[in-house]
Amino acid sequence: MKRPMRFVGDVAQLPAYGHGHRSLTWWGTMGFVAIESMAFVLTIGIYLYLAGHTPEWPPHGNQPALTFGTTFLALIVLSIAPNVWLNRRARAENLSTVRLGLVVMSLVGLALLAIRVFEFPALGVSYKESAYGSVTVTLLGLHTTHLATDVMDTLVVTALMFTRHGRARRFVDVSDNAIYWNFVVVAWVPIYLVIYFGPRWL
Amino acid sequence: MSAVDDPWLDPAQAQARLARTWGSLPGWWGALATVDHKRIGRRYLVTAFTFFALGGMLALGMRMQLAQAGSTLVGPDLYRQLFTVHSTTMMFLFAVPVMQGIAIYTVPLMAGTRTLAFPRLSAFSYWVYLLGGAMLWLAFLVDAGPDTGWFSYTPLAESQFSPGKRVDIWAQMVTFTEVSALAVAVSLVTTIVKQRAPGMTLARMPLHLWATLITSLMVVFAMPAVMLATALLIMDRLVGTQFFAPSGGGDSLLWQHMFWFFGHPEVYIIFLPALGMVSTVVETFTRRRIFGYPVMVLALAMTALFAFGLWVHHMYATGLPRLGNTFFMGASMIIAIPSGVQIFCWLATLWQGRPRFATPLMYMLGFIVVFVLGGLTGVMLASVPLDLQLHDSFFVVAHFHYVLIGGAVFPLIGALYYWWPKLTGRMPGERAGQWSFWLLFIGFNVTFFPQHLLGLAGMPRRVYTYAQGLGWDGLNLLSTAGSIVIGMSVLVTAWNLLRSLRRGEHAPPNPWDAGTLEWATASPPPTWNFAHQPVATDAHPLWRERESLPCMSGLALDKRELLLTSGVEARPDVRETSPGPSIWPLATALAVAALFVGSIYTPWAVVIGALPVTVTLIGWFWPKSLREDE
Ligand code: HEM
Ligand SMILES: [Cu+2]
Repeated sequence: MKRPMRFVGDVAQLPAYGHGHRSLTWWGTMGFVAIESMAFVLTIGIYLYLAGHTPEWPPHGNQPALTFGTTFLALIVLSIAPNVWLNRRARAENLSTVRLGLVVMSLVGLALLAIRVFEFPALGVSYKESAYGSVTVTLLGLHTTHLATDVMDTLVVTALMFTRHGRARRFVDVSDNAIYWNFVVVAWVPIYLVIYFGPRWL
Repeated sequence: MSAVDDPWLDPAQAQARLARTWGSLPGWWGALATVDHKRIGRRYLVTAFTFFALGGMLALGMRMQLAQAGSTLVGPDLYRQLFTVHSTTMMFLFAVPVMQGIAIYTVPLMAGTRTLAFPRLSAFSYWVYLLGGAMLWLAFLVDAGPDTGWFSYTPLAESQFSPGKRVDIWAQMVTFTEVSALAVAVSLVTTIVKQRAPGMTLARMPLHLWATLITSLMVVFAMPAVMLATALLIMDRLVGTQFFAPSGGGDSLLWQHMFWFFGHPEVYIIFLPALGMVSTVVETFTRRRIFGYPVMVLALAMTALFAFGLWVHHMYATGLPRLGNTFFMGASMIIAIPSGVQIFCWLATLWQGRPRFATPLMYMLGFIVVFVLGGLTGVMLASVPLDLQLHDSFFVVAHFHYVLIGGAVFPLIGALYYWWPKLTGRMPGERAGQWSFWLLFIGFNVTFFPQHLLGLAGMPRRVYTYAQGLGWDGLNLLSTAGSIVIGMSVLVTAWNLLRSLRRGEHAPPNPWDAGTLEWATASPPPTWNFAHQPVATDAHPLWRERESLPCMSGLALDKRELLLTSGVEARPDVRETSPGPSIWPLATALAVAALFVGSIYTPWAVVIGALPVTVTLIGWFWPKSLREDE
């Protein structure tokens, strides 16, 4: 037995895509942000747990050098400005400014990755040496993975916007990528504090 | 000719065009590239039940060994592999994926949409799950099966005590399954929040959708802990980090905290979807709306929330501070309250209605009985002094099988009988269904009830045999006999369902006279699910709209299009294009699998393996035509 249908409305006039929480990818991005935030929070938890169980923290007293980490912090916080601007241009669907913004953000990302290369040795500890070394390097490594992933994503989206696909829904992709970048920035602040000031304050 | 669905279009013509738009590619390539949530859901079910059968065979192997004192059928090393691979298979390869498989199949239909939010991601999840399970079982077949138990405690799992690759295989198998489960969870949450049929406000959402939503959120917050833990364990073993090694300043108990922060919620991740299934079936077979709907939703949410505060009750025997234990003891007892409330709501619903005791409902009633017993022993174990006595005894084995089989397997098989007509278009046999239920109910209790007594008498778990003259022989033999009856029940169900594929009656769209939207379309549904966008005027639209079903026109016919609605009120908001079939999810899954398997042998696999993963991901996301941009 099949029941007859009766039409109570029509959706043909609705837009074919929406920005922000009106789009599916935004929700997907938020889902992955939640998962990754959880991983960061837990790793910080492990750091504090191990620090609480170790009489001397760091075990041999040598602290991580601040220069590169702090430079990184300054640059990544400043990058919020072009990133927010890029997000607005994407929502306005203005192709030429979006291209410009993406090129800027790609360069910023690559510069940050370059600084990161120097940050690892500046920690002054090997992951093999002690649990302190293991968790410190892992924390930095985890954030680097995120950074590298998002830089890669930015490069791909940049390339995409320079092809014939640079239109319509692809602006939503640009905007979601910008939102993810904000997460990479915001995540760095507590991680920076833990890595560099954990040994000094704990 | 118009490219959108409109009320005056000839139905046959509209259908032909939907079929062209939503069809899979032909042949085996099409099978590998499919993104149809129904096909992926069915694959999940077939694969998960295969793992259930395999894990069940190992269980039978253990029961054969334990049937008499001093048996030499199985040696200590093989026994360790048996209980580890059994439990790992049951927890990671059966219980979680099977619930997700049901959700992948049913959620879009019940929500009244054409497919999942991220169909390609779900295809990817399936392949990753399959590859991870295959890795575990191949390792087991070549005598490299993990042997440190399903929670693989350190220091035992560290390389000094467990050399070889067995533990690494366990740890990476966990990574495979968690990547897969997390991706499915994101897809399900998005589908439930954004794709409900117009009118299906949160206050009208069927409980099965609530349960799936809440479970998926739990997955998102619990599974990162175990992924992280196993990654650190592998690093300890492979590159020499010191997380769990006391000699290097690490801490063995850290592993237990990490594992159980995931492990306790895990039990609820298995169990909450089952609660949704129970509510669904109880409603349909009493033809009544659930008693106390808001209370039910609240109870689900409270259970999920509390579940994150209980993990320490697995660690009472580790010498943590007393006060902490007291707190967790209180919390563990409180969680019984929301479960109790739900049980009373089901009973009230049954009481008010005229229940039809068909197979699906029988399984749900079986659930209520078995689960109450398991819950009682759970409250007993939550008490610290008793747990210290019974820890690592067969009492615990009895307890968690009551909760896991009672709490998940009974409702699951009930749900399988319930949705089978929708899945296959055929009716399962009722008489064989009843037989399968009674065999399971009796076999289960005969197997596991005696284990309580054995545990009280001091029989330890995870030991491959026991000496004669301890007075354990009779009960162990009884338990083994019971496990054979469980096996028979599973065989009856398998035979019943498989036979129905050939000889079963054809199923109409709504054979049980149920109220939710999955029953508004053909059995099995076409690839596009619904001819027109359904509208929900009620939590049970099919009960309220007996004359005709409300729906909306206007979705495209010539491209895959979904209607997105607002999160709370489910008001129509946007039409969005959904991706079509693609081989890239499979390619990405293979690249990811190569990385994971490689990393068991060398850390460089992570570096080198990142390249194919990146390439396949780009292949996946790069638009293939201009139409995809719209
Ligand atoms: C189908 C009938 C089943 C039988 C007869 C059975 C039997 C057993 C036996 C004999 C053990 C080992 C006891 C020991 O020596 O420590 C065991 C362990 C276990 N089983 Fe089952 N089982 C069944 C189903 C399940 C299911 C469905 C699940 C989960 C969804 C499950 C989860 C576990 C777990 C977690 C362990 C603990 C392993 C460990 O100590 O690490 N079992 N089971
Ligand atoms: Cu628990």
